[in-house]
Amino acid sequence: MKLSALRLSYMNRRSTSFRGSAPLDSSAESAVKSPAAIFWLLLHGVCCLISLVLGFRFSRLVFLFLFSTSASNLYGMPFRQLATTADLANPLNVPYNPVVNPEVPAINKTVSSRVIVGRHGIRIRPWPHPNPAEVMRAHQIIESVQKEQRIQFGVKSPKTVIAVTPTYVRTFQRLHLTGVMHSLMLVPYGVVWIVVEAGGVTDETAAIIAKSGVRTIHIGFKQRMPNSWEARHKLEVKMRLRALRVVREQKLDGIVMFADDSNMHSMDLFDEIQNVKWFGAVSIGILAHSGGADESSLVAVKEEVEKRSSMPVQGPACNASNKLAGWHTFNSLPYEGKSAILIDDRATVLPQQLEWAGFVMNSRLLWKETEDKPDWMKDLDSVDADIESPLSLLKDPSVTEPLGSCGRQVLLWWLRVEARSDSKFPPGWIIDPPLEITVPSKRTPWPDVPPEPPITEKPVINISEQTVKHTKTRSSRSKRRSKRKHEAKVVDTQVSVRHSEQN
Amino acid sequence: MRVSMWVLVLLFIFGFNHRIFAHQRPRTERISGSAGDVLEDDPVGRLKVYVYELPSKYNKKLLQKDPRCLTYMFAAEIFIHRFLLSSPVRTLNPDEADWFYTPIYTTCDLTPTGMPLPFKSPRMMRSAIQLISTNWPYWNRTDGADHFFVVPHDFGACFHYQEEKAIKRGILPLLQRATLVQTFGQRNHVCLNEGSIIIPPYAPPKKMQARQIPPDTPRSIFVYFRGLFYDVNNDPEGGYYARGARAAVWENFKNNALFDISTEHPTTYYEDMQRAIFCLCPLGWAPWSPRLVEAVVFGCIPVIIADDIVLPFADAIPWEDIGVFVAEEDVPNLDIILTSIPTDVILRKQRLLANPSMKRAMQFPQPAQSGDAFHQILNGLARKLPHDNKIFLKPGEKVLNWTAGPVGDLKPW
Repeated sequence: MKLSALRLSYMNRRSTSFRGSAPLDSSAESAVKSPAAIFWLLLHGVCCLISLVLGFRFSRLVFLFLFSTSASNLYGMPFRQLATTADLANPLNVPYNPVVNPEVPAINKTVSSRVIVGRHGIRIRPWPHPNPAEVMRAHQIIESVQKEQRIQFGVKSPKTVIAVTPTYVRTFQRLHLTGVMHSLMLVPYGVVWIVVEAGGVTDETAAIIAKSGVRTIHIGFKQRMPNSWEARHKLEVKMRLRALRVVREQKLDGIVMFADDSNMHSMDLFDEIQNVKWFGAVSIGILAHSGGADESSLVAVKEEVEKRSSMPVQGPACNASNKLAGWHTFNSLPYEGKSAILIDDRATVLPQQLEWAGFVMNSRLLWKETEDKPDWMKDLDSVDADIESPLSLLKDPSVTEPLGSCGRQVLLWWLRVEARSDSKFPPGWIIDPPLEITVPSKRTPWPDVPPEPPITEKPVINISEQTVKHTKTRSSRSKRRSKRKHEAKVVDTQVSVRHSEQN
Repeated sequence: MRVSMWVLVLLFIFGFNHRIFAHQRPRTERISGSAGDVLEDDPVGRLKVYVYELPSKYNKKLLQKDPRCLTYMFAAEIFIHRFLLSSPVRTLNPDEADWFYTPIYTTCDLTPTGMPLPFKSPRMMRSAIQLISTNWPYWNRTDGADHFFVVPHDFGACFHYQEEKAIKRGILPLLQRATLVQTFGQRNHVCLNEGSIIIPPYAPPKKMQARQIPPDTPRSIFVYFRGLFYDVNNDPEGGYYARGARAAVWENFKNNALFDISTEHPTTYYEDMQRAIFCLCPLGWAPWSPRLVEAVVFGCIPVIIADDIVLPFADAIPWEDIGVFVAEEDVPNLDIILTSIPTDVILRKQRLLANPSMKRAMQFPQPAQSGDAFHQILNGLARKLPHDNKIFLKPGEKVLNWTAGPVGDLKPW
């Protein structure tokens, strides 16, 4: 332990005590001192020289070989005799055999430890690497311990998370939806994922969400997603209301949260929304970025933003007694007139006043007849489809519960990144037919200039011209190289056949 | 009618409160060792301890010379003295005392790096015993059989840090009849007397309390250990230090991702222990270590690799149910042993460790709290009462040999 520094100062004393104990004992026992002492000194010196040459202490090996016949000597002496046999102990790194480990009973009546003091071998098993079966079992143990911890210290009686995601097929859909999907897959509670797709149900989206492993409800929405952000927000609201109707119809039980497909959710969000009783709000971080617009406007916007030092957060605001006092919305004034209107625009995309993603509600609020449903919740059918935020579903917005230590924790981030509306992407992100070669790999056997074999030039030229004509009609650019080599090979064989025929 | 209404209301409130608070406490299990359910016994009223007044050269002056004695792992001897001075079990009348305590700090002689030097301790102890035997009649009455001493050093009252030397010296002859309160415990060892009370080494309780992390942090480290595997200064080839067990742990499991073992001392040591399921507590130069205390306080199941070790308060705490014992020769199979423990056994061990009385029993808090290590020592002493009449010597009878032991010990201190 910590006694090492002390031992350093007494090392000499100790090392002589047990290394030299053999000569000391023997010399003490035998009355003849000097010849024995000189002999051992000489032997010690010779051994030191040999060790210097060899580079390790070989003394123990020597003793091992000398005394290996009497195997019982190796381990089993009680302490008093151990001083003489201290050097006899096994050399380093004894392979793991069941070593003869005799349990010597106390020879004398004096109390002597069964555990032997002195140098022991270091046992190493033949394959000191992890065993995969055990690693799996260890991970299972870790999982059960963590499950127990969650039961004891985590959320009591966790509720299912019902995530509502409006989406539509476009270039960035796979990117966004995969992010949401991975977040939902990590949620330690039950998850029901309602995906509402603009433009109807497509195989593309279905393929993406099928891999989630959570229960999904895929709904198609007749309208196509328009190109302007304004109209897009409106359509998304309609899609969300459609999803809420599904919750009502199927009487899904749990907590409804709105997971827009380009948002980023932290795992703490799902733990925090378990605390909601009826209707809650969390703080969203707004990442309103400008997609590489021209420098001047960027700089101007930045200065404005810095001047006002606005916090890019939307969510509930509390007073000193941790009660809901109002709402903090994103300050969009600096971006006035410079925000994106169409999806294609490279300007900043602005959020609404209060995004849907920042609200969660108990699904029982949506059910038609429940006993303990509070009366401040409007019926879904009586709500106009043009509502801005879920607060319009309430008769009295002040009943909202602020979550995340009263809005101080930002638990999710709002971000809108889209490609141009005319951007193309391979369907299902599977590339078929294979891509054309733009840069040849150095290792492939295609040289930069295809070699023209000189001898068989004449007949080849005619045929290659014909073949070249063929390839030209067939495909335009890249295939020609590979085809030509192919053709060249084929031509060669044809030529040789011809030659053989001629001959 | 009204009374029964009130009773019902009270029961309802009580039940309601219980329901509210019950799920905030972690699940624990009652601990009862071989002596029964004794962890929470109150020693007050069961025994009386008389504290001898020794000149301050035996205690206070040593502490003044080196205040580091208060923070290292042998500080228990000082804190026990302070606890006894103000404890209700203390009596100022030695005639009614059951036990006699001698406040002598034998390990408070530190090197510049903080290691205790035991070379003067035998002489110091001898001089103290000479003092109490001449000034008070109680030592000669029993030749020390109703006296207890705190000797928290490496090998207890053998007063040496090297095991062979300690064994050769044996327990100080003058202490053969006294009860020794020590941290060292190994079965069939010369330095462990029958009837000694094993205590945990001192670990600073405030520091450990300050570094608690939220209990819902998932335990994701399977096995955790920080410490030396090879004592390079004193035993570079290994095989001597820890009887080769620590070196075996390193050689077999350094490539195993489940084993978070290393010699580095991180600043997050306490926090890491709270994120681990198993904490290795292998022997070092002596079989005991503060790691056991830390593992218990942080809820990490201790894996004890020390043959024949006797753990603290072994009659009050059922260590086999709480920790995992691995023989030194089984170290290469440590991973198999640990993964083959059934999950419900592991969860039960964690419940036992979560018991607050278990954590309290391992610590020496200032000021003392009920159920802490001080009280466990007193409980242990109380369990040895009443004294057998045979310990009282007939007048003129002497059992101890005052001139036994190495010649150097007989020099006055």
